[in-house]
Amino acid sequence: MKVLVAVKHTIDHNVKPNIHADTGQVDLAQVKKAINPFDEISLEEAVRLKERGQVSEIIAVSIGGIEAKDSLRHAYALGADRALLIETDAQLQPLAVAKLLKAIVAREQPQLIFLGKQAVGEDYGQTGQMLAALLGVGLGTFASEIQLNGDQIEVTREVDKGTQTLSLSLPAVVTSDLRLNEPRFIKLPNLMVAKKKAIETIAVSELDVDLSPRFNVISAREPQQKPGAIQLASVQELVAKLRQAEVLQ
Amino acid sequence: MSVLVLAEREGKKLKPSTYQAVTAATAWQLPIDLLVYGDDLDAIATEAQQLAGVRRVLTAQAGHFQHPLVEDVQELVVSIANQYTHILSAHSVFGKSVLPGIAARLDIAPITDVIEIQAPSTYVRPGYAGNILSTIENHEPVQIISVRATAFRASNRGGDAEVVAVDVPPARGISQWISEKLTHSERPELNSARIVIAGGRSLGEEFNALLDPIAVRLDAAIGATRACVDAGFAANDLQVGQTGTIIAPELYIAVGISGAMQHLAGIKDSKIIVAINHDPDAPIFKHADYGLVADLFTVLPELNSALQQN
Repeated sequence: MKVLVAVKHTIDHNVKPNIHADTGQVDLAQVKKAINPFDEISLEEAVRLKERGQVSEIIAVSIGGIEAKDSLRHAYALGADRALLIETDAQLQPLAVAKLLKAIVAREQPQLIFLGKQAVGEDYGQTGQMLAALLGVGLGTFASEIQLNGDQIEVTREVDKGTQTLSLSLPAVVTSDLRLNEPRFIKLPNLMVAKKKAIETIAVSELDVDLSPRFNVISAREPQQKPGAIQLASVQELVAKLRQAEVLQ
Repeated sequence: MSVLVLAEREGKKLKPSTYQAVTAATAWQLPIDLLVYGDDLDAIATEAQQLAGVRRVLTAQAGHFQHPLVEDVQELVVSIANQYTHILSAHSVFGKSVLPGIAARLDIAPITDVIEIQAPSTYVRPGYAGNILSTIENHEPVQIISVRATAFRASNRGGDAEVVAVDVPPARGISQWISEKLTHSERPELNSARIVIAGGRSLGEEFNALLDPIAVRLDAAIGATRACVDAGFAANDLQVGQTGTIIAPELYIAVGISGAMQHLAGIKDSKIIVAINHDPDAPIFKHADYGLVADLFTVLPELNSALQQN
């Protein structure tokens, strides 16, 4: 059984972006980028399924410029069997990404498709849900545990006050949450081998998908910061302040 | 032109986030229809009818909506979508799961996690773990929006909407509800509580013993940092932050929380933030209104008795 894992090469989750003084937009030109942490969790889960003998091939797919190959090499080092790059320098919005992934699904016919619950960065959190809807297949978002049983997958999801378990017919789309697993540490030799592996490149024009933006980010700003805490000397003073502010009843 | 708002229920009641979503929808100044779905809607429809600003309550009653599945709710919404120029839901776990797929099936780009509707097609939403607020101009012919409920006040009661039953498309049958494990807590829900008190890993095994009495006294929800949850001192669903629950209570009390970026992303819209930490250099103090540098193991019992005295 084939598994497809979508991999986004995105802003490193430890980096706080700046706003470009001239454009008024988030400045991503110089920021450190890395594999989206939720995609790394997806890959780890796919590798575990393969180690259990439930999966035969793991295909990692990324969409972006040449620099996205870094994240695909990371996918190889984690245990992907094949890596595809849909090459484009365009700034894509989630609907276009979902349509491109749909085209790859049509080509590769995976039974299970993993995406992260969101990509670090714009935090739209849409692509997996859109892909499932476009494909007309079942969806398990915010997965914290999965189990493959023949032509079904059981997905335990993180919901408001606990967890919910669904069973989806394959093929299906699963989006990974933080607690699905803890990705393994990549050993240096694996990374060296990964650097030599071939990454298949597909021109975005081959896939015949309308990529035009549907909305514009017209401006970006940093939220207002609080001026910093007023330091209090005692619990009594704190309670007095809170009563003054009328937040204690 | 009119707006369809997707309701969510919990048992026989509407979730608070539905009240907030209705308020958000009033920004367009268009007629609002509220869609409720379930297997037994009598009580829900009566409640929904009373929401101020709602023109009609659409009831979709069917056995398979006992535990609504994303695919079936999408099918339902798509079946009536041609009557609407605006579709809105709360950016809740269910809203996040269901809305983008509705949009994709209509070939429309949705705008998710909106915190402000500035103009009929102009929205503000946070990104980059809450570090950036973007203003978006959406050109789509149908505006499909999910809103961060805590950014909007709850709509009032006092309405008297018409209740209309809608046809329910058959179940898709590609997914099945198996089970749910929900924690039953006496405490209010994190995402709608007026006061939240949260602890970090340093509370250790004392997490509940220290926070519970104060939470009970304040009628507060209890939250925790990711590190505290990962260490096993608090349940998963208590996690506050970018990857947990995003909250905006009137009062947030952070106890033994240093203030990692991912945690701050989940609390920064709180009205008043109190930080209690033994480390005067903890980043949380830069984001708090009131700070108390103290040992939490002595300060929390003190706080409990100070609250009791008044």
